Order: sequence, then C-alpha cells, then structure tokens
Amino acid sequence: MTENRDLAAREMFELVRSSLSRRRILQAAGLGSVAVVAAACGASGDDGSSTASAAPSAEDLSDAEKTLLWSTWPGYMDTDEKSGSRPTLDAFTKQTGINVTYTEDVNDNNEFYAKVRTQLEQGQPIDRDLVVLTDWMAALWINSGFAQKLDKSIMPNAANVIPKLASVAFDPGREYTLPWQSGFGLFGWNKAKLKELIGTDTLTSVDQLFNPALKGRVTVLSEMRDTMGIIMAWQGNDPSNFTEDQFMQGIDALRAQIDNGHIRSVEGNSYMGDMQSGNVVAVIGWSGDVIQLGSDFGVALPESGGTLWTDNMLIPPLAEHKKNAELIMNHYYDPEVAAKVAAYVQYITPVQGAQEAMKTVDPALVDNEWIFPTAQTLDRSYVFMELTAEQDLAYQRAFQKAIGN
Amino acid sequence: MAPIVPVASVAPVHVSGPKRSSRSVYILLIPGLAWLAVFFLIPLFTLFMTSLQKESASKPGTYVFGIQLSNYANALAEYWPQFLRSFVYAGLATILALAIAYPLAYFIAFKAGNWRSLMLVLVVAPAFASFLLRTYAWKTILADDGVVTSTLNSLHLLPDGRILNTGIAVVAGLTYNFLPFMILPLFASLDRIDYRLIEAGSDLYASPAKVFWRVTWPLSMPGIVAGTLLTFIPAAGDFINAELLGSAKDRMIGNVIQTNFIEFRDYPTASALSFALMAAILILVFGYIRRSGTEDLV
Repeated sequence: MTENRDLAAREMFELVRSSLSRRRILQAAGLGSVAVVAAACGASGDDGSSTASAAPSAEDLSDAEKTLLWSTWPGYMDTDEKSGSRPTLDAFTKQTGINVTYTEDVNDNNEFYAKVRTQLEQGQPIDRDLVVLTDWMAALWINSGFAQKLDKSIMPNAANVIPKLASVAFDPGREYTLPWQSGFGLFGWNKAKLKELIGTDTLTSVDQLFNPALKGRVTVLSEMRDTMGIIMAWQGNDPSNFTEDQFMQGIDALRAQIDNGHIRSVEGNSYMGDMQSGNVVAVIGWSGDVIQLGSDFGVALPESGGTLWTDNMLIPPLAEHKKNAELIMNHYYDPEVAAKVAAYVQYITPVQGAQEAMKTVDPALVDNEWIFPTAQTLDRSYVFMELTAEQDLAYQRAFQKAIGN
Repeated sequence: MAPIVPVASVAPVHVSGPKRSSRSVYILLIPGLAWLAVFFLIPLFTLFMTSLQKESASKPGTYVFGIQLSNYANALAEYWPQFLRSFVYAGLATILALAIAYPLAYFIAFKAGNWRSLMLVLVVAPAFASFLLRTYAWKTILADDGVVTSTLNSLHLLPDGRILNTGIAVVAGLTYNFLPFMILPLFASLDRIDYRLIEAGSDLYASPAKVFWRVTWPLSMPGIVAGTLLTFIPAAGDFINAELLGSAKDRMIGNVIQTNFIEFRDYPTASALSFALMAAILILVFGYIRRSGTEDLV
C-alpha cells in the first residue's frame, strides 16, 4: 500500500496539475509514507558530524554528462497548457544541450527532508543536483553542511539578485543559495460568498476573518510560519522578533478558533480546491495560488500584516552535475527568463531587471504588485523570525497540537 | 459448522507419499521466509528498538540507543484521544461496511444469476483508481453545496450544517474505501453455502427470517470475521481520510504518527505509537476471534 500511495501521489498530482497547475498541490495530503518507512529504518544512529561547513562534492561529471536532476515544488515553472512543455526549460536545453530531469517532488519542506535525511546524514548522494527549499529549511541544510558552495564565476547573472535578497541571515552573501521565487502568506476569498455572508466583498482584517458569520467557512495554512505570522501580527506582536509568550498567545487564539469550529480545517494546498468548490469562503493562503484562481476571488495582505517567504535553490552534497546546476541558475537569473517564469507562476521574482523585461513578455503585469511588490506592500509583510532547531521543534509541537496532531 | 474453509486459506501442501517431499517443502519455503525476515521481522525489530531510543545528550534532536519505556507512557498520555478516536471511527466504519456489504454479497451470491461476474467486477473496479483520487472524489460528493449535504440539511440532520471536514465525512470515507474488503470475503463465504441447507430449513417450516438467522448467518460467519478484520485493521491505521475529509478535531492516530515522524522527527515517539497501535489491534483481534468462535481463521 505504501508504494501505491506514492504512485497515487504522482498520478494525482499529474491529474490536478493539468487543471490547476499550481504549487504545493499535495502538501497536506500526507504522502510521506515512503519517507516514514525510510526514517524508521534509518535514523537510529548518532554520527556526530554537526559543524556547519560546505558539503562534500563529488567528481563533477557535468562536461561528460549533459544532464541535470532538479527537484522542486509542483507548478513552479512556466508551462504551456496545451502541450505541457516548459518553454524556459526547453530554451535552456536548446542553448546548452543539457537535458533537465525536472521533478516536482517537493510538496512539503519537512516531508522532503524526511525522505532524503538518512542519505544526507550518512554522507550518501541523494541523486539530485538542485533542490528548492524554503528559507528556514535551506538554513537547516546549510547549517548541517548539506549545501555546496556556488561557483559564481560561471554564473554572471547571479549578480541580478534583488538587493533585498542579496544577503540573508542564513546565507550571508548568498554563497550557497539563490532565491527561486518569493511569495506572501495572505488572505484569499470568494468575493460573491463573502458579500453574501458579511456584506462586503473585501477582506482586510483578521477580525473580519474571525467574524462569526464565517463560521465553518475558513481554512488556514498548515505551514506554521504563515498562519502564526499573520495571527501574531494581528495581535500586535512582531513575527520577525517575538518571545515564546507571544507565540503561545498566538497559539491560544488559533486553538480557540479551531475548537469553536470557526476554522473548518488546516490545509496545505487543498484549500484551493475547497475555494473553487465554494466550501471555503476565506483563507489564509499563498499569493500566487490565490491569484491563479481568477477574478472571482480576492487577494490582499491583512492590514495588520502578512508574511513573506522565499524558496531557494541549492546544490546538495555529492551532486554529480554541479556545474550544470550552476548554469541553469544562471539561466533563470536572466531578466527575460525570470519575467517569463513570473508571468506564469505569479510569485515575486527575485531577479533585478525582470520588471523591465516584463514590458515585452506581458505588459499587463509590469505593475502587478504581487510579482513586483512596491516598498509599501513589502513593508506590510513580515519575514518570520529565524528559529533555532530547539525553538523550531517546540513551536512546531505547540502548533501541531493546536491543529489536532 | 466446522468444515467451512476460510477465504484466505491457501490450499494445503499435499503430501502424497509418506515423508516424500518434506525436504523440498522446506526448501520451497525459504524464499517466503527470507522475504518475511527481511521485509517484516527486521523492520519490525528496528521499529521496536527505535521506540525505546532516548534523545542524545550531546546532540539534541537525534536519538541514540536506550531502553526508555517511558516513551510509551508519554506517547499514550499525550495522544490517547486520537487513539480512542481511531478505534471509534474504524469500528463505526466496519459496522457500516458490514451493513452495506452483507445484503450486497448475499444478492451477488444467491440472486444475481448471470450478472454475478459483472457485479463482482463492479465491486472491485473502483480499486483500480488510486486510493487518494477516490478519497478526493468524496470531497466533491460531500461538498457544502452538493446534493447530499443540502438534502440532509433540509431535513435538519446535520449539527454543523455540513458534512465535509467533520467526523461523519471521515467515517463515510473509511467505509467507502474499505468496503470491497468486506464484500469479497462475505461473498466467498456465502457462495460456499450449500443452498440445499437453506432449502431444508424452509422445508422444515422455518420462516425466511429464521432460516437466515439459524442457517445462513452462522454459515457465513467466517466471511464476516474475515471481512470485519480486513476492514477494521487498515481503517484504524488510516490517515488519508482524516487528513482530506476531516477537520483538526477529527485527527486519527495515523496522522499523529505521521506528524511525529515528519514534522517533529521524533522517531521514538512515532515508533512507540506504531507499536502500541499494533499491540492494541492484535489484542482486539484475538479477543474478537475467540468470541466469534472461528479459531480456524488464525
């Protein structure tokens, strides 16, 4: 049954992608069965290697083997809806002769980590040359020595990274990672149904989200940082810098709304389906997802603030095609290529110059604040505080307990 | 009512001459036993050892060898509500599946005539689609604006005004997903009944109800036991239905085990929960089989 579920996951994803083509479709579906088994069999030892240093490299076969194994999130690449081809990826293959095995098998940071953790800790290759992980997970990989240093000399376009993201706490100077896309944790809602229930078709505050008239029609994300960030900001605390008491205060508020039935479920990507079917009226969701649903749905940052996160590309230990991975990062940091991706995925592009390039790619999107957010929009969003491993675990436990696990 | 062969039984290895093939039987058993050892016993042992591990003092977040029985006590103290809920939901799903499957299996076995093959195929056919897809389909079937929900709502039968993301949806999903595992053993059991026994009952002036309770039901007991076990055991450990159809208040033990493995990377607690679940199911199953008097099954 385990293998069936994993296959089922793929099948399911292929099916859903053709109609929804968005990221994180199966995040919450709990498809980690294989990972569970792997974890059960493997992680029993304590090998003691814990110092943060660059990951070991393997002999680079890039010049001999024109291939690249890339693992990333679902629906994170421009795709031709009719043929299913991926234009910017095909362009890369055409230019360089490198064939990319593009696998959308990262549905959840923790789940993906659980799947490859045993190999990483035992110093074995994970058979991937490039992976895409959210900030905090990328930080964990760097700190554990699971990321290789990038050779910037062959990636001149890397200099195009926007100043705000050019250096981050977990990777000063971006030695190990480059951002793929960023996005907001924010409100999404069904305009018609919201109007029917609370008399307005715009959702601006968390107070409105918790309006009793919406009881049972609200979902929030199972990603702790987005849900808790928005709740803490609503309580007047700073999600970028908070105390344990403040976090627990947020947990209490969340639990109250779950216990009284106001929040009907806590979901990964499945909230998109529930919004389309009308079961759910208002959500805490992700910007690109909600925008993709179309004009019947509203999207906005809460007035008390939303969250801002970035998914990052990094090269895992012992990758056999490191140079190819660096070349493709360079490719995607070309402003025009970045603009094409952003036009499709509707997330924030980290590439300087993409806004200029968007004028030719899709003029209608040049001033789109969800792809090219203004300073004001960015000011209304918080990057979640960096947590130590112990804090992360303690907060995860509190969060999972509140959401029934 | 002894000589009814249980559904899942394998044809006995037939030994024609005295002691002729005993050695070759053992040789033939080796691949099977090796398979069991490698893919069942060793992982089971690893799981058990993991469930007793303690956290490393030098490197928090990792676990080292230990005999820490308190893992079990802590896990059960923390997660007994989900444990209890798993058994309640799985029990309800089993009873519902039996209620739905018995008439259907009875019909296929005795009344379907030329249609019986087709009906059996129809019972099995949904299993060709993936488990996940079928569960997703229930989100559509039970949607808030769907026919089922609005009909029940107009009769004021739903306390929350909806089915999806409630315990009702989880039990419905479990019932549906494991229904074929109930129907097939029941059918096999009913199909083996010598119809002349039922006719004899009628000939002796028993009412149809009496014939059913005195003849058909007891003779189908092995199918009932096999079916309930095949439904209850996977349902108790399932986490997909609770995840997709339930709310935060409907989580089952499978969800908790998954969260401990993947989110917390707390392998000892997750292993202890898995082991406790296995033990609890084994105890229940043994008690059940003893009570129902069909020891031939084990």
